Amino acid sequence: MSSPAQPEIPAPLANLKIQYTKIFINNEWHDSVSGKKFPVINPATEEVICHVEEGDKEISKKLFITLCHWNVGLVMIVNQDFESKDPAARAFSYQGNFGSQDKKGGLEQVKGKQEVSAVVHGHLACLMYRNCETTVLSKRNELQTMYLTLEQTGPSASMSPMLADVDKAVKAARQAFQIGSTWRTMDASERGRLLNKLADLMERDRLLLATMEALKGGKVFANAYLADLGGCIKALKYCAGWADKIHGQTIPSDGDIFTYTRREPIGVCGQIIPWNFPLLMFIWKIGPALACGNTVIVKPAEQTPLTALHMASLVKEAGFPPGVVNIVPGYGPTAGAAISSHMDIDKVAFTGSTQVGKLIKEAAGKSNLKRVTLELGGKSPCIVFADADLNMAVEFAHHGVFYHQGQCCVAASRIFVEESVYDEFVKRSVERAKKYVLGNPLTAGINQGPQIDKEQHDKILDLIESGKKEGAKLECGGGRWGNKGFFVQPTVFTNVSDEMRIAKEEIFGPVQQIMKFKTIDDVIKRANNTSYGLAAGVFTKDLDKAVTVSSALQAGVVWVNCYMVLSAQCPFGGFKMSGNGRELGEHGIYEYTELKTVAMKISQKNS
Amino acid sequence: MATTNGAVENGQPDGKPPALPRPIRNLEVKFTKIFINNSWHESKSGKKFATYNPSTLEKICEVEEGDKPDVDKAVEAAQAAFQRDSPWRQLDALRRGQLLHQLADLLERDRAILATLETMDTGKPFLHAFFMDLEGCIKTFRYFAGWADKIQGRTIPAGNSIPALSSGHVFVQQIRPGIFADFSIPVFVVFFFFFFFFFFFFFFFFFFFFFFFFFFFHVKFLFVCVYNNVVCFTRHEPIGVCGAITPWNFPLLMLAWKLAPALCCGNTVVLKPAEQTPLTALYLGSLIKEVGFPPGVVNIVPGFGPTVGAAISSHPQINKIAFTGSTEVGKLVKEAASRSNLKRVTLELGGKNPCIVCADADLDLAVECAHQGVFFNQGQCCTAASRVFVEEQVYGEFVRRSVEYAKKRPVGDPFDAKTEQGPQIDQKQFDKILELIESGKKEGAKLECGGSAMEDRGLFIKPTVFSDVTDNMRIAKEEIFGPVQPILKFKNLEEVIKRANSTDYGLTAAVFTKNLDKALKLASALESGTVWINCYNAFYTHAPFGGFKMSGNGRELGEYALAEYTEVKTVTIKLNDKNP
Repeated sequence: MSSPAQPEIPAPLANLKIQYTKIFINNEWHDSVSGKKFPVINPATEEVICHVEEGDKEISKKLFITLCHWNVGLVMIVNQDFESKDPAARAFSYQGNFGSQDKKGGLEQVKGKQEVSAVVHGHLACLMYRNCETTVLSKRNELQTMYLTLEQTGPSASMSPMLADVDKAVKAARQAFQIGSTWRTMDASERGRLLNKLADLMERDRLLLATMEALKGGKVFANAYLADLGGCIKALKYCAGWADKIHGQTIPSDGDIFTYTRREPIGVCGQIIPWNFPLLMFIWKIGPALACGNTVIVKPAEQTPLTALHMASLVKEAGFPPGVVNIVPGYGPTAGAAISSHMDIDKVAFTGSTQVGKLIKEAAGKSNLKRVTLELGGKSPCIVFADADLNMAVEFAHHGVFYHQGQCCVAASRIFVEESVYDEFVKRSVERAKKYVLGNPLTAGINQGPQIDKEQHDKILDLIESGKKEGAKLECGGGRWGNKGFFVQPTVFTNVSDEMRIAKEEIFGPVQQIMKFKTIDDVIKRANNTSYGLAAGVFTKDLDKAVTVSSALQAGVVWVNCYMVLSAQCPFGGFKMSGNGRELGEHGIYEYTELKTVAMKISQKNS
Repeated sequence: MATTNGAVENGQPDGKPPALPRPIRNLEVKFTKIFINNSWHESKSGKKFATYNPSTLEKICEVEEGDKPDVDKAVEAAQAAFQRDSPWRQLDALRRGQLLHQLADLLERDRAILATLETMDTGKPFLHAFFMDLEGCIKTFRYFAGWADKIQGRTIPAGNSIPALSSGHVFVQQIRPGIFADFSIPVFVVFFFFFFFFFFFFFFFFFFFFFFFFFFFHVKFLFVCVYNNVVCFTRHEPIGVCGAITPWNFPLLMLAWKLAPALCCGNTVVLKPAEQTPLTALYLGSLIKEVGFPPGVVNIVPGFGPTVGAAISSHPQINKIAFTGSTEVGKLVKEAASRSNLKRVTLELGGKNPCIVCADADLDLAVECAHQGVFFNQGQCCTAASRVFVEEQVYGEFVRRSVEYAKKRPVGDPFDAKTEQGPQIDQKQFDKILELIESGKKEGAKLECGGSAMEDRGLFIKPTVFSDVTDNMRIAKEEIFGPVQPILKFKNLEEVIKRANSTDYGLTAAVFTKNLDKALKLASALESGTVWINCYNAFYTHAPFGGFKMSGNGRELGEYALAEYTEVKTVTIKLNDKNP
């Protein structure tokens, strides 16, 4: 008997019914305070699947405004005050409820510090406001963040302190974390048992969850069923095992003192989940947090809230006490911002883009210095030496960048190939990419589904155009596929040089950049020449090169003769601007604990 | 609300107290053969031995009696299962954990059957078997199931370990073909000097030449192992075939303590249950098969110590042995291990455990814990609180309340839900205990209650309390392993520390006090593997257990147990110096 064979892949559920669309707090389903809902769209057909209650943040006089200037020119302004009864603030939110595509105008006016005109994320509302005080915090091309303080928001009496969804969730989570609560007094081994049970329930509902994940995320069904669900169940079981093995130490301190340490849960943890692996990232966030005894508030991505809400029902069924897991679907600028800046959340963990990661850490700093772990973007190098098994390298590099439509933070989006095998590598890679079958991800035999949404789709096409313009050689693909759904053709660029945008920016799409290198020193330098540091791949048969390059690369994960090999037992996270902290493995567990040192005076010490 | 297997579910929705689990009446014993390679075998000798119910003295059934040839067969199977590339060796660690989880699920399912078998075979009260032994087993398997994929090696920043030499860069070179190739210039000059002399004064300096030649050669050898650019990591690998010899007092629980960590680390096992109590171990064999452990991973050979036990401890193909039992047999096991193949040994042996009650203690708590500490499982615990030291001021009161407790202890049919104490395991133990009680009376201890066998039944002994016991009496020195509580008096802390430690044993100790400083002082001063403060027999699968001194070697349970079932391999890779 070896490792159990991969389970047979069943057909996806034919008529999937969406059961859960509400906010999950205290093991109960709630409508949003604002009464708002948001649509969930199938990226393969651009049709609305259902509407989900939209969680929102605390009402505040201060406006927290994020201005995000993407290359396609989308400008987002995030406004805390959507639901304010204050007419001035409300006006701010909704004035001119139509999209403004004039991005440049928006930016210029912001810089003028007198007027804001921009697109409110999720509402596409054109905003005009005067007398704003702005602070530009960051001036990178793709990102501008500013705080606007309203000088006049009308009579303060009209600002009613309405408890918003996130606050309700925090209150429930805090209650569940009280000293003496069921959750705090539970045996650690019992916590482990509950997590194991949750894993069993996932196994039971595997088909349903995989279908939902494929439908909503545009994910190839077989991948959802095997990789996502398999990874989830294993990660939960792994974390379940840790629950009663989180040890403190006794320490031989100086003096007549007896010292020991306790690893205690941190408290209420806010968990913000991305849309590329909605379920897997959900498990990576709740598994370690719950194993350590924290309570959590999860915000799934607005594109993909459905599997998280189904998980909520399983959490309840497994028997977790009320308030331990709370799920508030909603948008980043509202619910996400509320979590990261909340004064009563003790830790925030985020997986997503580097831009937003910076906002989260900043908000954490500005609010209550909550602990932050971030797992952000990457521009991961994959280095192929001439002595490598070329077929294997081509295959891994191919999957490394095309897996899940390229929407992976670890995507191998810079492939460095040694001069002598460059042409052969390119030839085989192009052949491999051309074999890709695109289509409805729920259909068997499909290799690639749609991108997650229009915004991503357009951004990828823009980057592809930049590649063509900047002189990279387009080997295949290079445009949209079909006329319905957000599909992008598998695209391969050769003769890519380090300063091109496609070699510098995270594309998050099915676009493979193949570069040439001559020496080991040269390639190490080039591979590290990025502000990212998430993952890296090395292909060689030479023991020496393998070990040397793995030590030299600035990346949180180095895969040697393989790529995208993730397992629950191994820590995962980024160097540099790819993240803070680690998820999974023993280290991932410790990110969810506070260490307490207890020193006791005793009459006399003995060794 | 009892489930179908008789187990009790936690948390009653209707708020009613849960019904007690019930033993299985007229339980048929299905598994009585030798378990090798996931199948049942008869003994090679054709011999069988009987196992008895100690409360009725009736024969339960006959079990195949293993001997050396059967052990050889089991070891062969275990070795085959441990071969490189075998299914067991290739299994994902997470999957090993899942198998252990499934085994725990089956134990849960068959909990009432196993508890009934355990009670039939050992005479321990059924409810104890159900709630303590089985609960402990299930938790142990679940706990180690979680460890399976967390047994982590390390990478180690190894490099040049002799900084004084590396700073000089004169001698620190790596060896290459050719004698002179890597002599640095100063060395080479000196060498050349002598080479020059060699030509001129061939005969005179012949011996000098060789002296210096070897000197340099020797220098080279000295520094061969000094490298700068290395990668060093450790792997924690399973040891191989592990022998396990379990005792009769907690047959299934002690088996779980050995089996769970051994399997969690990826070893294979040859197990000998005690001859008095082989039934639950054999039943477990059937569950191992049902779960789907590969054949040969677990093998169970019932039989006697001098035959099967000796064969396991001296077997040249068994890589490790774990034994729980008496100190005298533990010594034999370690001796046999040394004489055969230096197999790794862990031992969990006897104890004469002090239980220290200070005057400031919560006396009710102390009396109850001390009582349960010594009388639990008919006194047949290696952790029995068989030397209770009570501070002078509260001595009289402590004795009075302890006697009250002992007199109330219900002795009788272990299947009766009210019974707290059943029979001793066999005639030999029974006689030994009565003999020690007699010695107590003779040596001048005051018999407060009990002191004899129950008149009307076989192997039952009345709960016995002795007061005014002094350190030199046999009942204060020897392990009694029966329901006998010797209570001693002490005056101050230093004295009691000394007296508590003046024994060859060092398994457990208990302290009852409300004073933080006294508690911590005693916790560090007592020479024992476990110190319980204001509690007794507080076992957790998470916490290591084992003895100081002659109470044992190594530890079971907790993360520490993993070290006993793994070999550490250091892998060092020399890299090319030219690379960055």
